[in-house]
Amino acid sequence: MNIAVLAKLVPDLVEELSIDASGAKLDTSFARLIVNEFDDHAIEEGILLKERFDGQVTILAPDDEGIDDVLFTAAAKGADRLLKLKGISAMETSSHALARAYADVVLELKPDLVLAGVQAHNDLDGSVGSLLAGMLNLPYVGYVSGISMQDGQAALRKEYPAGLIAELQVTPPAVLGIQAAEQPPRYVAVSKVRQAMKSISIEERTVAPTESPAVPHIGRMFKPEAAQHAIMLAGAPDEIAGKLVKIFKEIGVI
Amino acid sequence: MNSTSMMPKQEYYDAMLHAVQKGERLRLCLECGTCSGICPFGHVMVYPPSRLIAMLRADRFEKVLKTDALWMCVSCYACTAFCPSQIPLTAGLMARTKEELLLAGNVPAELQDALANSQRYGNALGESPRKRADWIGGITPEVKVMAKAKEPVDVLWFVGDYASYHPRVRSTSRAFATILNLLGVSFGILGPEESSDGDSQRLAGERGLFEMLAEKNGKAFGKYEFGSIITTDPHAYNALKNEYPSLGVTYPVQHYTEFLADRLDQLRPMLKREVKAKVVYHDACYLGRVNGIFEQPRALLQAIPGLELTEMAHNHSNSLCCGGGGGGMWLDGFQWEKVHVRLSDLRVQEAVAANAGTLAVACPYETPRFEDAAKTVPGASGLCVKDIAEILVEAVDSEGGQK
Repeated sequence: MNIAVLAKLVPDLVEELSIDASGAKLDTSFARLIVNEFDDHAIEEGILLKERFDGQVTILAPDDEGIDDVLFTAAAKGADRLLKLKGISAMETSSHALARAYADVVLELKPDLVLAGVQAHNDLDGSVGSLLAGMLNLPYVGYVSGISMQDGQAALRKEYPAGLIAELQVTPPAVLGIQAAEQPPRYVAVSKVRQAMKSISIEERTVAPTESPAVPHIGRMFKPEAAQHAIMLAGAPDEIAGKLVKIFKEIGVI
Repeated sequence: MNSTSMMPKQEYYDAMLHAVQKGERLRLCLECGTCSGICPFGHVMVYPPSRLIAMLRADRFEKVLKTDALWMCVSCYACTAFCPSQIPLTAGLMARTKEELLLAGNVPAELQDALANSQRYGNALGESPRKRADWIGGITPEVKVMAKAKEPVDVLWFVGDYASYHPRVRSTSRAFATILNLLGVSFGILGPEESSDGDSQRLAGERGLFEMLAEKNGKAFGKYEFGSIITTDPHAYNALKNEYPSLGVTYPVQHYTEFLADRLDQLRPMLKREVKAKVVYHDACYLGRVNGIFEQPRALLQAIPGLELTEMAHNHSNSLCCGGGGGGMWLDGFQWEKVHVRLSDLRVQEAVAANAGTLAVACPYETPRFEDAAKTVPGASGLCVKDIAEILVEAVDSEGGQK
């Protein structure tokens, strides 16, 4: 089985985020990047699939600072091929453009399953996995938290709100949005990562991002602002009730 | 994990023999069982050191790698200290076996988080490296951060993870800064350029991570001019003194209790305020048992007027570990599931039995561990847990103690 995993970096929320002078985007010069948590789960699920059902795992990632470490770590866990998309940064690119950049490479790899994190905290125009599936006309299932293969079919566990779990079946090729791997992403010893750096190299593909006109335009980016403070009503219960009715009438709720 | 990453079993014995210097002393094991008897978790270890050696000799080591009980080892060094054959059990056999468990993917999840945090952020707590010096805010004279101060200092203070980030331990760091300022010491810290000393990660089997962190610290040290290093952290002290030199990072280093004991003549006249308390001192494993620093912390306490120093049942080289070493700091949940008791509880019981009002410590792991234990141990609700630096500041400050 041929598995492709899409992984991108996002700003690490352990660091304070700041907004740049334009007032419409993050100041990326100070942001430290970390692999998107859901993508990390997608990598883990890919490795688990390989261990259980055999196959080859290829990790695809846009070229942002720190991505090499993520790729080599994935190799130390068991990934077979590492592919870096040169000329495209996940920090500067919309999900639409990112999906388009992935599309050509995915077509070439012809994977049975494409695994992507179901979302990222900086997705503004939808998740990359679902957009990619649309572009390639492949089935997409999101919020997947378990995959098993049987007779060429993929049996999926999909999470719904309120604790509902669905079991679905999909015929590969398909794109899956991973909510959680079946076990937490494994820790891999530094010595193993260093070994991987020596034994595997990162392949590079140059892609040119093509932005979509449908991508939302950011007018202003700002930190949460304190809303107006509460009004404290004093007096006897009857008095307070009277004041409340007056306020409700003023703002038009009664 | 795939089995190719595992060594063929006949090679385990060799690997253990060559894990550390003098590792080959393993051959001298008498199977006397002292190590397993003195181990604070020996009763639940399944394979305490002596059985581990027996399994190696019987070529049944693969069985060991299928259990997780070895993660109960807190690297307290008691087995090593009392081994009649002087086998380096803690740093060799135990750490090397943990490394095998780690490579085989047999690691409790909570330990994985601490290791991943150390790798990514340079501290086990997963805090922003940029905030490493935030604790110095408001201290006068200002604590120098080397990158900003751009001037040589006499001593570089290696602060460590918990002393930099843990809210309780930060107050100890502030107390020690106060003392250094009172003594007029020219000192500085690395702040954001400092990484975890890595010693506990090493003893938890992550040798590669330890080397990576040591390399980073070595680079940071190399950028600045200073005479020697002092540290408030016995684990950092051990790493800097005994482990970093083999990686090419060699500086004279002192634990702060050594540093202050050397300056007791200067410090003593400042200790004017009586601290009326019956105090027991807890010997930190990596200060006392491992590095032989028993008397300096006691000398500092005895220099405080009004303070009565007494001993707990386990003291000096026979001290009982707080449970935080060798990865224990990050395995509280795991260990609780196994034994339903914390070593810090047992230690606090000893402090209560000694009728102590204050439990004095000199290691950043201990204040939070013992304070937590004192919340649940019967009779310990009135027990104060304080670092020696904090008690010293109380004794000099006529305004009623440092906040």
